[in-house]
Amino acid sequence: MSSTPRLVEVRQNVLKQNDVLARALREQFEAQNVLVISMVSTPGAGKTALLEHTLTRLRHNGLRVAALVGDLATENDARRLARSEAPVKQIVTGTICHLDAEMVQRALDDWNLDELDILFIENVGNLVCPSSYDLGERLRLVLMSVTEGEDKPLKYPTIFNTADIAVITKMDLAEAVDFDLVVARQNIQAVRPGMSIMEVSVKTGSGIDGYLEVLTSKLDERSALMKTN
Amino acid sequence: MHELSIALSMIEMANKECAARGGARVSALHLKLGSLSGVIKEALQFSYEIACQGTALEGSTLIIEDVPVIIHCSTCESNQLVETVQDLRCSKCGGTNSHVTQGRELEVVALELEGAKAVVS
Repeated sequence: MSSTPRLVEVRQNVLKQNDVLARALREQFEAQNVLVISMVSTPGAGKTALLEHTLTRLRHNGLRVAALVGDLATENDARRLARSEAPVKQIVTGTICHLDAEMVQRALDDWNLDELDILFIENVGNLVCPSSYDLGERLRLVLMSVTEGEDKPLKYPTIFNTADIAVITKMDLAEAVDFDLVVARQNIQAVRPGMSIMEVSVKTGSGIDGYLEVLTSKLDERSALMKTN
Repeated sequence: MHELSIALSMIEMANKECAARGGARVSALHLKLGSLSGVIKEALQFSYEIACQGTALEGSTLIIEDVPVIIHCSTCESNQLVETVQDLRCSKCGGTNSHVTQGRELEVVALELEGAKAVVS
């Protein structure tokens, strides 16, 4: 037997297992006609506040909405979101800094997706790791708050590039922190050309109507697609 | 930091391949890593060394091939190698209708095995 190392070709995606599962989830979501929207951002950008508001408003409009929320250690977010009276489930990830497709699948095990119009998935607050994991969502929202600075997209191009819509939050504080909206928009467009950008404030309600319209228009697209099939 | 779990997946994959091919140990693992993979090279190297301990990959080298980003612009129908991931706009026509066609890779390309039997076909 020769001791010379032999080169063998493997050619396998390291995250294949996650990608395969995410694809299966996406097919399942489509088949059950539920629009799945995930949210990513830094800790403290306002995911939970926006989501609580979103769930409350959409429920009020007669939509059947629910949420999964990832957190490293606590169930605080689920408690906050439950105030919307929508079904909410916390995924406590322990030391893991992101959600993956398997965690989503496990969390949905005892939920009947047929009873939902929109399922939201709030990822762990982190702009690095979640970018590598497809969750089977149809839309990924990336949030950045005005207090984080305009250059966030340039610092985390990967996560912005994997997202579909950027939401700039806490717009009520923009003036106080000298937030330059033009520069922020340019930076987002640089790392994700053509991405739609929305500016909101949960506190004042500015931009929320337009934001909700965009989300629900995706629901109409879905239904239209189902009818033509 | 998710590089440790990425390293563990790579090692699991390599261990399986090594066993399937009758190898005794892996001396090197070749990986393609895209600039938009979301994985930090230095953190992966560090995690890899730790994760290899006690496996058939202990002491092996992780050889990383950096994969730059290529975008396809649907407006001017061109493919371009981008210089920086901080700017993925089309440099030819300035259009925003572009998408990434290369640069998200996180792929185990090959292994160097020691003690593997010659393949008999």
